[in-house]
Amino acid sequence: MLDQVLSSLSDGIVLGFVYGLAAMGLSLIWGVMTVINLAHGPVIALGMFGTYLFFTQAGMNPYLAILLVAVLGLLFGFVMYGVAVHRVLNAPHLSTLLATFAINMILIGIGTAVFSTSPHNVDFSMGSLDAGPITIPLTRLIAALGAVLVTVFLYSFLYFTRPGKAIRAVANNREAAELMGIPSAAVLALSFGLGTMLAAVAGGLIATFFPFTILSGGPYELKSFVICVLGGLGNPLGALLGGLILGGLEGLVPAFMPVSWVPVVEFGLFVLVLVVRPTGLFGAK
Amino acid sequence: MKTRLRFGYLLPLAIILVWGVWVLLKGEDTLRETTFTVFMFIGMASSLNILLGYTGYVSFGHIVFFGLGGYFGFYLVSQHNLALIPASLAGGALSGALAGLLGLAVLRLRGAYFALATIGINEAARAFVSNFGPFGGATGLFVQFSAYEAYGGAGPALWTTFIYLWLVTLVVLLASSLVKSSRFGLGLMAIREDEDAAMVMGVKAPRAKTIAFMISAFFPGMIGTLYFFKNGNVEPGDAFQLHMSIEALVMIMLGGMGTVFGPMLGAVTYQGLRGYLLTSPIFKSLHLAVSGVFLLVIILFIPAGVVGWIRHRIPLTRKLLE
Amino acid sequence: MMLLQVQEVTKRFGGLQALSDVTFELPEGQILGLIGPNGAGKTTLFNVLNGVFAPNKGRVIFRGEDITGLPPYDVARRGIARAYQVVRPLNDLTVRENVMVGGCFGRECLSLGQAASGAEEVLAVVGLLDRADQLASSLNVAQKKRLELARALGSRPYLLLLDEVLAGLNPSEIAAMLETIQKIRAGGITILMIEHVMQAVMNVSDRVIVLDYGQVIAEGLPEEVVNNPLVIEAYLGDPKLTQRLIEG
Repeated sequence: MLDQVLSSLSDGIVLGFVYGLAAMGLSLIWGVMTVINLAHGPVIALGMFGTYLFFTQAGMNPYLAILLVAVLGLLFGFVMYGVAVHRVLNAPHLSTLLATFAINMILIGIGTAVFSTSPHNVDFSMGSLDAGPITIPLTRLIAALGAVLVTVFLYSFLYFTRPGKAIRAVANNREAAELMGIPSAAVLALSFGLGTMLAAVAGGLIATFFPFTILSGGPYELKSFVICVLGGLGNPLGALLGGLILGGLEGLVPAFMPVSWVPVVEFGLFVLVLVVRPTGLFGAK
Repeated sequence: MKTRLRFGYLLPLAIILVWGVWVLLKGEDTLRETTFTVFMFIGMASSLNILLGYTGYVSFGHIVFFGLGGYFGFYLVSQHNLALIPASLAGGALSGALAGLLGLAVLRLRGAYFALATIGINEAARAFVSNFGPFGGATGLFVQFSAYEAYGGAGPALWTTFIYLWLVTLVVLLASSLVKSSRFGLGLMAIREDEDAAMVMGVKAPRAKTIAFMISAFFPGMIGTLYFFKNGNVEPGDAFQLHMSIEALVMIMLGGMGTVFGPMLGAVTYQGLRGYLLTSPIFKSLHLAVSGVFLLVIILFIPAGVVGWIRHRIPLTRKLLE
Repeated sequence: MMLLQVQEVTKRFGGLQALSDVTFELPEGQILGLIGPNGAGKTTLFNVLNGVFAPNKGRVIFRGEDITGLPPYDVARRGIARAYQVVRPLNDLTVRENVMVGGCFGRECLSLGQAASGAEEVLAVVGLLDRADQLASSLNVAQKKRLELARALGSRPYLLLLDEVLAGLNPSEIAAMLETIQKIRAGGITILMIEHVMQAVMNVSDRVIVLDYGQVIAEGLPEEVVNNPLVIEAYLGDPKLTQRLIEG
């Protein structure tokens, strides 16, 4: 029993890092421009398919492919911001929600036409790590490590570089930042690009160990909402912690009740936290 | 001015009234089916509009009221042989009551936080129903064929369901008009524009919002019951499609939020467009993408929707379209 | 009769003492001016009076009834209306509808029809009748200020809280607005007004109280207050205002 719990918990936590990474993109975008990006799921799916295409068509190592996917994700984010978000940024929330949802529909629509909805997978294995009752496939371990690395990268970027500091300034107070001469449109586009990049990278990492379809991003998008709310919307590091909590829950809950109850617990917790503590578990009150 | 105002409110009712009569006179099954879908969305969009358009709260997971209310009503019909009208009223009542309870907690959240919470509620409800024994868990519920006999067999039962839905749609539009032209509606619109200022002017915002939420949840519960009865079965995947929720939002946006006529116009247009895209050989496989482009164009360029745009451009119509 | 009694009202935000033991009374039919340097707690006091914030300590008695800590809408129904410093028109409603909101949900809880005719009267008083059917968003700043006032009046309050209704207006607009304020008082409505335009406040007020760092430092007739050394000291941080105060 204990062995089972340990192994499922470690599974969950390792996955939690990747969940956290996916959610971090959503959280960053919210933090900078209070936009909930409803195209988040399809972007995760595009990250999966991008990795898949470089792997199968160009015979590239998946991790190298993910680097390329990251660059493409960043560029794609710029385009998305310019086309769909910039114009409605100051409109009521419904406009940005629906504008990003329109992108969601477009991506899913095109994706379905191109890839159909049958499952694909990146056929790639690196063996696994054994430690007592715990067995973790190496691909997952690398994914968790990748998530940590990206987080470190993101934080160094936000705190130690000029564009990063500009992002934080704009997140804090857009008008004041503009008065200080920070070009807010460029900074907003960059933040949106980074958010999209994080989603795409998370998708690429997931693709190395789970099969996927164009619709696979959906559940991760929903999980990202839960994680962002747990960790505090707009707090990227909180997102990583939130991811670990969610991963841990997914590992633990099945030990006590049927697996199908996991989403009930997750979304119940989500609504509860939103109502009781909308700033997240770690946020200031 | 008063009489012309009334005209603006009567127009949508008259259109649906004539439309329903026409379908009944024609008596064709396919026409009934397509009209059923259109009426259903008119009802959904119009009731959501009471919360979204008049009160300004974006309920993204509004489909939860369609799903849960529909599940409950269908459960009463299929497992307890309750007649369709009381069952759908019970479905509506459950949704309304749930909105009342949730409203007290969730309506404190504003803007995107509220939208997120409603998404969470919908997902939680879906996951719960998938595990809930009396509702058949993940496989859902079926109606016994014998249940149709009370309505004279399967064919007549479908016509009866259609007539009920037609009536519900009329009632939704009537409710929407009544709310909009009432003192209560004025309070809701004040909340939409500036909730804090509205409260300072004496609008009891917490109570008004909750009542609006309950009204806008009640009708989807009724409509859900009728829809699932028409289908003969219900399962979690069908009942809680976030996508349908968003489609209703799109229809409101398209027609013009905060108007009585807009959601109806939006529902008809959206369904018409989707029907065209799904059957057109060129767009068939890309219908979702094309709808997406269409939606994006509306949001970016005519955010007030068709009715809002017309009202803005041609002042005379302000008195004719409400 | 004392319309409003404020007793030892104290409000803290974290470590900041926004109001300490504020006490004053406002007899029916008067115009009371509330002045003080920026950050003195004037707007916070309004927020406590009309229920936006509950005070940490103290009581607010309105027409003999303790209204401390009631939510804003309950305060409004008892007959306190407020015009905001930063105008907050309900943009997508017409000017008439804006005023009707006040009438429908204010002290008298009028029906729509009654509120509509009441709105006409009020709009005539503030001079916006010809714009009644325009959207509130189409008004200019001075007109929005008047709408703000009309909306507050639409509820037929006993007490009107005016938060810098003169700010941002040009001299002729100020003169017109002052005339309107006098007209409102003549109609029997008691007024408590925050104002930075000293000359105006001194001319129109029956009495003046001065807040500084959340405390009442002076109270009395306008001419008394102006010559109070404490008041001059409070304003010294702001030479321009001191100048105006002395000249006014």
